[in-house]
Amino acid sequence: MILDVQNISKRFGGLLALNRVSLSVQEGEILGIIGPNGAGKTTLFNVINGVYPPQNGQVTFRGENITGLPPFAIAQRGIARTHQIVRPLSELSVKENVTVGACFGREHLALGAAARVADEVLEFVGMADKRDMLASKLNVAQKKRLEMARALASRPLLILLDEVLAGLNPHEVTDVLGLIRKIREQGVTVIIIEHLMHAVMNLSDRVVVLDYGAKIAEGTPQVVSNDPKVIEAYLGDPKAAERLLEGST
Amino acid sequence: MKRTWPQSFLWLTLLIIVAIALIPILIDSASLREDLFLTLMLVILASSINIIMGYTGYVSFGHIVFFGLGGYFAFFLMLNYQVHFVLAALASGVGASVFAFLLGIPVLRLRGAYFALATIGINEAVRSFVTNFEPFGGAVGMFFNYAVYDAYGGARNALWFAYYAIVAVALVTVAASFLIKKSKFGLGLMAIREDQDTAQVLGIDPTRYKVLAYTCSAFFPALAGAIFFFKNGIIEPGPAFALLRSIEGLVMVMLGGYGTVTGPIVGAVVYERLRAFLITNPNFSSLHLFIAGLLLLVIVLFVTAGVVGWLRQRVPLLRRYLE
Repeated sequence: MILDVQNISKRFGGLLALNRVSLSVQEGEILGIIGPNGAGKTTLFNVINGVYPPQNGQVTFRGENITGLPPFAIAQRGIARTHQIVRPLSELSVKENVTVGACFGREHLALGAAARVADEVLEFVGMADKRDMLASKLNVAQKKRLEMARALASRPLLILLDEVLAGLNPHEVTDVLGLIRKIREQGVTVIIIEHLMHAVMNLSDRVVVLDYGAKIAEGTPQVVSNDPKVIEAYLGDPKAAERLLEGST
Repeated sequence: MKRTWPQSFLWLTLLIIVAIALIPILIDSASLREDLFLTLMLVILASSINIIMGYTGYVSFGHIVFFGLGGYFAFFLMLNYQVHFVLAALASGVGASVFAFLLGIPVLRLRGAYFALATIGINEAVRSFVTNFEPFGGAVGMFFNYAVYDAYGGARNALWFAYYAIVAVALVTVAASFLIKKSKFGLGLMAIREDQDTAQVLGIDPTRYKVLAYTCSAFFPALAGAIFFFKNGIIEPGPAFALLRSIEGLVMVMLGGYGTVTGPIVGAVVYERLRAFLITNPNFSSLHLFIAGLLLLVIVLFVTAGVVGWLRQRVPLLRRYLE
């Protein structure tokens, strides 16, 4: 087990964004996290990588309690993430952005070595031709890819991908799905938040479903997609729909 | 060839500074020496402000506080303990850096305008303190007896000595500014400038990096202050902590191009020349601050990147050659 999240709760004023969420991730696995908007998925990432300290509960990464550590300390231990709303370092070039990831991530590389890693990773994500562009000049799809490159350059053990497919066209989606599989092949564990159902069901070994801050289901994609509670969370009560249909006839 | 260029660029820049600095020595011109002394002092000030403002993104309005403190520390040591000037200057640099380090830990938690305001407050607070601090001479300040200069071969030679010192410090400052920008440390600072929260997610400890940048940027102005007031022979709170000079420093950084190595140098030279022209011109002599203000307005509104930054944006080729 590489990551163990136990009983995490996070409250923002009157809103309970995460309610006693527990989950664990095996090394080398792809875990999908799904749930309707506002279910607490991104908040969970923010708790795991230290942006928000949780009110209670514990996050354990490779046997070490990392709850409440600042984000930079967690990044240095090997957890990298991408942001749902892209946050490029605008006035730096694409390559500099990725070099930052390599320099300050898990391996603390010196500048020269980090620049080489940056080149490799840019090649890997297919952005080598953009390396000298300013990050602010990229389009959204490219910025998302840059987020992934930056995270990968830190040579993480665990990568948290927050909606990297949203807003991409079908062709780009296929591309990025291939990329994520390749990341896993390199031995990196992946947790992915995604709204694109067919993609997440295809990709994930296991899926966790959040709704109103609580975990409502967990299992293989097949099990989860047939779980009535999951269907209800997304579509409302399926029985109610049936009754409605019966009533109308 | 491409890889060694940045280093060559640094050497070229330093060489140009040395070449210009040699002119007054060769033609033995005291007035040119004084002109260049002032210009180099402004280069030091602007390049230092650039480390915290241009690289790290924290606008330090009251940066002159380190200049004043450096001047006072060194003056105090030379006057009361007969410490040699070079030693006193170095001690003042270290003193100002320690002050910046201790101050930076709480103050650099502030972001944006709040930090800028706090730095003004610090400068004003230190000035008030020094004005009432008797060991530093209080409101009257301190002054040298001419005999002090005997150790440096008399007053005339001491002026030359101060000039050599400011040239040396300017060279070191420009080199440090370059090396910081091209280092892993500098990359971390620029990541913080672009987005502190993202920088943190990427593994950068923002507090540590910012405090270190602030500490570095305090060292060189303190040396400049030590040299300036050694040459002056008198130090008073007003001229030592002149907020106006601080703001002029910001104008120079913005004018030349914040975040670049050559920007603050170009800015300092252009601004100094412009000021000298305006002050000596009877039509403008009382307007030079007005024009400086206007200049800042124009830069902020239309050419935020400054002269060097603008050139880099316009001519992509230059990005590789102009730091």
